[in-house]
Amino acid sequence: MNDFEQFKQTFFDECEELLQQFEDVAGTLQAGANDPAGLDDMFRSVHSIKAGAGAFKFDRLVKFAHELENVMDRVRSGRMELAEGDPEFIMQAGDVLQDLVAAARSGVEATAGLEDEALARLQAMLAGGAAQPAAPAQMESAGEAGSGDFRIHFRPHRAMYETANEPQLLFHALAVLGELTAKADLSKLPELAKMQPDEGYVSWQMELRGAPGLAEIEEVFEFVEGDCDLTFEPLAAAPDVAEEPAAVEAGPVDTPEAKPAAKTENSGPAAVQSTSIRVELERVDQLVDMVGELVIAQAMALDSLSELVDIRHVKQLQALEDLTMRTRQLQEGVMAVRMQPLKALFQRFPRIVRDLSRKLGKSVRLELDGEATEVDKTIIEELSDPLTHMIRNCMDHGLETPEDRLAAGKPEQGVVRLSAEHRNGRILIRVSDDGRGLNPEKVFNKAVENGLVDADAELSKEEIEALIFMPGFSTAAEISDVSGRGVGMDVVRRNIQKLGGRVTVESTEGEGSTFTLALPLTLAVLDGMLVSVAGERYVVPLSAIVETVCPDASAIRALPEGGTVMPLRGETIRLIDLCQSMNLSRLGQPEPLRKLAVIVETEFGRRVGLVVDELLGQQQVVIKSLEANYRRIEGVAGTAILGDGRVRLILDIDGLATMPVRNPDARPQDGDTANSEEATGGLSA
Amino acid sequence: MSKRVLAVDDSKTMRDMVSFTLKREGFDVVEAEDGVAAIEKSADGAYDLVISDVNMPRMDGITLVGKLRQDPKFRATPILILTTEADQEKKAAGKAAGATGWIVKPFDPDQLIGVVKRVCR
Amino acid sequence: MNAEEAVLATAEAIAAGRETSSDAKQYVSFAAGDEQYAVDIISVREIKGWTDVTSLPNQPDHVRGVLNLRGAVLPIIDLQCRLGGGLTETSPRHVIVIVAVDDRQVGLLVDAVSDILSASDERIQPVPETSGREDARVFSGFLTEEEQMVAMLDLTRLLGSEVLDSALHEQTELQ
Repeated sequence: MNDFEQFKQTFFDECEELLQQFEDVAGTLQAGANDPAGLDDMFRSVHSIKAGAGAFKFDRLVKFAHELENVMDRVRSGRMELAEGDPEFIMQAGDVLQDLVAAARSGVEATAGLEDEALARLQAMLAGGAAQPAAPAQMESAGEAGSGDFRIHFRPHRAMYETANEPQLLFHALAVLGELTAKADLSKLPELAKMQPDEGYVSWQMELRGAPGLAEIEEVFEFVEGDCDLTFEPLAAAPDVAEEPAAVEAGPVDTPEAKPAAKTENSGPAAVQSTSIRVELERVDQLVDMVGELVIAQAMALDSLSELVDIRHVKQLQALEDLTMRTRQLQEGVMAVRMQPLKALFQRFPRIVRDLSRKLGKSVRLELDGEATEVDKTIIEELSDPLTHMIRNCMDHGLETPEDRLAAGKPEQGVVRLSAEHRNGRILIRVSDDGRGLNPEKVFNKAVENGLVDADAELSKEEIEALIFMPGFSTAAEISDVSGRGVGMDVVRRNIQKLGGRVTVESTEGEGSTFTLALPLTLAVLDGMLVSVAGERYVVPLSAIVETVCPDASAIRALPEGGTVMPLRGETIRLIDLCQSMNLSRLGQPEPLRKLAVIVETEFGRRVGLVVDELLGQQQVVIKSLEANYRRIEGVAGTAILGDGRVRLILDIDGLATMPVRNPDARPQDGDTANSEEATGGLSA
Repeated sequence: MSKRVLAVDDSKTMRDMVSFTLKREGFDVVEAEDGVAAIEKSADGAYDLVISDVNMPRMDGITLVGKLRQDPKFRATPILILTTEADQEKKAAGKAAGATGWIVKPFDPDQLIGVVKRVCR
Repeated sequence: MNAEEAVLATAEAIAAGRETSSDAKQYVSFAAGDEQYAVDIISVREIKGWTDVTSLPNQPDHVRGVLNLRGAVLPIIDLQCRLGGGLTETSPRHVIVIVAVDDRQVGLLVDAVSDILSASDERIQPVPETSGREDARVFSGFLTEEEQMVAMLDLTRLLGSEVLDSALHEQTELQ
């Protein structure tokens, strides 16, 4: 325990980054040669962990980090080469390091022997590796000289002054140890004209009495050894100084050839680090919230002023516009603080894949793409579990065994691909495999077996594939060790939905499956189009809108099974009557002369037309969760508070597109609302 | 006027510790997260002491010491390197580059102050 | 009592409740239809006058819609309708009692706030096995006050089907 206790939190925060850095590179290690910059990073990570751990006396952590550091040091300096199997081991050693850090953090002693195996292997690597450099030269101390009186001869060389060491400070330090008398020997001092200002001409003869021991004296001169002539002699206790005392020379420490500094210079631009500060997420969130309120307040002000201001108030209008623009910039700036690249998340997966491929006996290559894509931090955090589950699912169920792959004429090694990109203001994350794909027949039969659909239901291929997201599709009986934890794709879907996102699957039997997650970039704001229908107002996400058309009533065709379609440039577009979907009443609301169809694109890339009465204009809205105090509603993605302070519903395009067509005359009873949601929920993906 | 120290380390934990200890002793501490940042900070005036880690990205501590020593402002400035016990080689290299001395990690506040007093007036 | 008076009375009652250390609990009572109901004053967050709400599609009739309360979106439940009566014909004189249940906030649409009641636990009668009312399980007991029966609402049960079930459901699934 010491004054540094207060820095523990910083240390553990830092450890997280360092461990991540270690792991990032560890995942890329291979037998033989490796990227020197990466190895340097790994070495430094372990080194920093060790140094910090030492300060807090986490002895087990220090010991383990020490050995790992030594191994990494040899590898990076080329004195040791990684053999076959070593890269995997280094990664495991990283895990052990992580466990030890976690134990230190929790304050609970790590399991006894946790690190023993890895430690032994590290030590074996060090013993068997390139010849150990000569054991660090121990300072030859003058026997076991105990406390007493010493005579010290000290003659600094020029080099000592060049390192900014001051004889005077050394004398001060000696004086602390005992009673010091010093005599300067100026005999070597040249004439003033010949004097070199930084040469050492003076030497000292000192006597130190009552010093605790020679070791303490040596410590004082620790930094100047080799840069001075230095001798210590014990002063005889008795006055008989007849015998020449054996002068003990504390020669220069055995220094291996010092490398010229220029060689270690690392001027490459490889690892340019941006300066950053650590801010608690909560503070950022408060800021985001405040700016959100500001946006609403600003919109409210604009709303109420727009009625008063006319053409005579050009200046005021300009000022208002300026304010609007700046508010928006402020909001973007604040949101950007929360944005982080997906890299940190993606880079957890190489190890998961590697571990799992070993466990499953399947050779798998993981391809990552789009790691630089930036997403709101909250979303990144919430994505970890679903993505892990999906990748495990791909490897466990998607990819065939090596034998089956070869038999199917595929390369033995399977490929799992994880990619991310921005599209239309959303982020799309895809997890795909080149495995066996979904067999629609099997999926359908299983769904029937589990009572999720009727045996005589007629479903399209997409609808069948979507069945795998239904609660109760994967049963407890087949939860393997790998897919683990007993979660099914329904939980993945629910987690993604909670983030305002959507998960879909596309699959070709024999060729593989692709799971696509479509997520909002941020959970806070949305660009929306305000529409009105039967006196109600709704927000349509602008990112989904393709165009708006005014369909000719004669071109609209009713379908026998209900619903209507219209042609649009050769394509047949299904129309969704919002008035019907939202179960609105036209009582006292005259039908508009011509309705508008807002053409929107679903995540499937399918286009549908939302039939509305009027477009009321674009607006940026602050998204508020409906689920915070209520529950999810079919066809509704969330709520927004508009400029007038009213709550408006944000439409869920895909939810609407998959809602069953209702008979407009039948108002649903209380009871079956929930049921219908459950029943169709599975197909909304 | 209090003495100015430049504390250079890529580990925030270490910077915090050095900074905390020295500030308590009345030093004025300027922090830099690696050699390059230290060189930038060194441009803005003289320091009474520099304490630098060895292993850092962009520019390591040994290189930093060498560069600082070439700067007339730092010619007589004590420079300590932070190193671990095993690093005899580092100590030697540091010294060759012009380091005044070293502080062995891990250190406690007393050890740090003890070493600082040996090199700094 | 209208909304404003009710807020004042509630604030006073809460302040008074803090001072007296008696074991009597305080309740906010209100009228909906012909009946009187009460909830523990601790769960009451706010009382405000009726304003137009935004209706939600395909929800039970007693879910009147949602309201913006200082940046939070709350569902508004028509109490009379929820307890089997007809829809409340709203007017600006109607009152929304905002209550908190399990970290969630919900508005109850009622006719008016009646009183702040103070009653010890012994005075609260259990719900009769056969109270004749089908929805009796949403009551935690009855209190007779000035010859009038006041039904104590069990908010968890009252709001469970709309507001809480889904949350509980998700929690268990995510474990």
